[in-house]
Amino acid sequence: MLSDITIGQYFPGGSLLHRMDPRVKIVLLFFFLIGIFFFDTVGAYIVFSLLTGGLFYFSGIPMRMMTKSLRPLLWIILFTFAIHLFSTPGEDIARIWMFHVTWEGLGKGIFISLRLVLLILLSSLLTFTTSPLKLTDALERLLSPLKRVGVPAHELAMMMTIALRFIPTLIEETDKIMKAQQSRGSDFTTGNLMQRAKQIVPVLVPLFISAFRRADELAMAMEARCYHGGEGRTQMKVLRVSSIDYVACGASVLLCGMLALLKWNNL
Amino acid sequence: MSFIELENLSHIYHKGQENEFPALRHVNLSIEEGEFVAILGANGSGKSTLAKHLNALLLPTEGHCRVAGMDTRETDAVWEIRQQVGMVFQNPDNQIIAAIVEDDIAFGPENLGVPPEEIRRRVSEALKTVHMRKYRTFAPHLLSGGQKQRIAIAGALAMETKCLVLDEPTAMLDPQGRSEVLGTVKRLHEEKGITVVYITHFMEEAIAADRIVVMEKGNVVMEGVPKEIFGTPEKLKQWNLDVPLAADISEKLRRKGWKIPKGIYESEKLIEVLVKMAAGRKSVVGE
Amino acid sequence: MSIEIKNVTYTYMPKTPFERTALKDVDLVIEEGSFTAIAGHTGSGKSTLVQHLNGLLEPTSGQVLVDGVDLNGKGSKSEKLAARDARRKVGMVFQYAEHQLFEETIFADIAFAPRNLGLGEEDVEARVKEAMSLVGLGYEEFKDKSPFQLSGGQMRRVAIAGILAMQPKYLVLDEPTAGLDAAGKNKLIQEILQLHEKKHITMIFVSHNMDDIACLADKVLFMNQGRVLLYDTPARAFQAKDTLQEAGLCPPQIMSFLEDLRDAGIPVDTNALTVEEGIANIMKAVKGKNG
Repeated sequence: MLSDITIGQYFPGGSLLHRMDPRVKIVLLFFFLIGIFFFDTVGAYIVFSLLTGGLFYFSGIPMRMMTKSLRPLLWIILFTFAIHLFSTPGEDIARIWMFHVTWEGLGKGIFISLRLVLLILLSSLLTFTTSPLKLTDALERLLSPLKRVGVPAHELAMMMTIALRFIPTLIEETDKIMKAQQSRGSDFTTGNLMQRAKQIVPVLVPLFISAFRRADELAMAMEARCYHGGEGRTQMKVLRVSSIDYVACGASVLLCGMLALLKWNNL
Repeated sequence: MSFIELENLSHIYHKGQENEFPALRHVNLSIEEGEFVAILGANGSGKSTLAKHLNALLLPTEGHCRVAGMDTRETDAVWEIRQQVGMVFQNPDNQIIAAIVEDDIAFGPENLGVPPEEIRRRVSEALKTVHMRKYRTFAPHLLSGGQKQRIAIAGALAMETKCLVLDEPTAMLDPQGRSEVLGTVKRLHEEKGITVVYITHFMEEAIAADRIVVMEKGNVVMEGVPKEIFGTPEKLKQWNLDVPLAADISEKLRRKGWKIPKGIYESEKLIEVLVKMAAGRKSVVGE
Repeated sequence: MSIEIKNVTYTYMPKTPFERTALKDVDLVIEEGSFTAIAGHTGSGKSTLVQHLNGLLEPTSGQVLVDGVDLNGKGSKSEKLAARDARRKVGMVFQYAEHQLFEETIFADIAFAPRNLGLGEEDVEARVKEAMSLVGLGYEEFKDKSPFQLSGGQMRRVAIAGILAMQPKYLVLDEPTAGLDAAGKNKLIQEILQLHEKKHITMIFVSHNMDDIACLADKVLFMNQGRVLLYDTPARAFQAKDTLQEAGLCPPQIMSFLEDLRDAGIPVDTNALTVEEGIANIMKAVKGKNG
């Protein structure tokens, strides 16, 4: 059923990771993502893997969520692995038809796949431990310096807030319209592609009409509550950088410093 | 001077176009501070259009609407007017903006530029007033219709509004939600002295008002205390409105030749009269 | 002939943290030709129950039979076809039914269901004509109009006509008068009554309005927390004060009034389902005492 879909992948909890300032989390995530590309040594990847595993452990996110976040990208990871496995020249392990499997290919394949896995896991760690609302808020603050060059940071954040608010409502509504049309003999499950595409029209038209009506009424309700854009607006929830955030930033800088040392000493 | 004054107010939708439609015709109405006014009318009688003039969501095609002495046409006064007059609309889903209850209530004060600490205080206060403190961190789509409307009321209260305009706030609710909303509004009126303009087509709700205004086809056709309005059930029917049960029974008994005084619309009053009649006392006031 | 609901239990999102039993061991028979009202507050399971009647939801356990045919029959091909035909005997008018309209003309919208049934254009036209006349919309006047130009009450009529065009034997109406004003409501109620009396459609009427239920229904079903609390005639159902209270419902206004009158010392018969009956009772009691 449509209502099974959950929004975002926030996993509520009270770990240190949950309590960190979302802005700091976003900045650190970027920091690490760049780090993963920059420090491409075996030693560095062991450190990153341990770090990611440790963060998952301390965040209290169940391990099955970890595998769940990888599943949608599993094919891409396998594909990347295969490409490197077969296309890297070097010492042969085996030959399959016209493809050569090489030791170098195996190593590179594992390395690149691990890089992807780490990228995905670290990013999902952010969305697991940060509610969509906090993320929106953090993005607005982080983007606000770009307002001067014309980036509509407030408007983007407002759009995301409204989307988050109305997605469950619209899913419910879609379910209801589908049932109403099924009661008039619509069949969404059988028929060829063309026939099925045609069955979507009786659902989409009412859904759009309703969405427009909602947008209209919402705009009016917002205006009635003195909404006039981001100018002169305050916010109830002020993001505060706390000691946890300073510690996290310090530790990250320290870690990267060590990795840099390792890299320059060619270890 | 009254708190809200409508002077010869007309509103025409799509003026000058083929589908031109006059929704309000030369309406004169004043609402005093601290009053509870119900506006009754069938669908299409212009009552929603009227409501939207009260906080400058719509501007008059002709005539004036003044709130606390400010004309809604003066663009400088619009935000001040909207802060003083809070609105609650019919569809509970389409007026909650944020994905968490407390964030939604904070929306109004945030727009007004209130400092964060003060917003927090107002949000807690407003939640307490509508008895929704438990639901502070809920997602709105998990609440019942009555609860959503109470959140909408809290959103207006957090703006420290003086007057609440409710545009058929209970039309989409079940009986329990209806009584929750009406109960909250009555309490706000009595305890906080908030001016209430309550638009409805439910008679049981209109009875709660100090004064009732009846609209039909864009005109105010009658205004008075509930006793005057419900004293003439024939007219209510003619305007496509329901009649409170006690008024209906009284009218039907009168037609059968019983001497029931006019202007009865509350069950307790009718029971009193019937008890006296049964006791055979002739002290019942004649017509 | 009847709709039989046999020991139906329905669980939303089983085996997830959101698991919730919406119906529990519901067992009842809706007789052909009856006018059954279903009442219960929001979340009592009444919407879930009615969505089983035309197979929109499939029971987690138990069976729904329409005229003896299992709506969820999955065996042989003939069994599946029989199930499909049985589902089509039950029309379903959702709350705010006008929200399902989508075609450019009223004709096309009402024709949607008969066309889905695979009827020829001639039959389709005949069905649209009949459905429109049943809800009081003039065929020539309205057929080419856009449904979105109409008033709220008229749009709802078009939506109901869209279901009637399937020529259902049983019709489920979920809060059909919600959001209409007094005039629109009374008119629609009259039309529903006509459909029941003249077209002999069996009605299953979901409502919060006990006054309407008392006037219209010959059977009342009270639901609470996914269970059937009571299934009886309105006269007896509204006398069951404890059950009403348990379901969070109020008796019809006229009954409450008569009870208050009795409590004020007048020995009035409180058994009245319409205002007219109530007035007759009042006249008997009050006059009777006058001698």
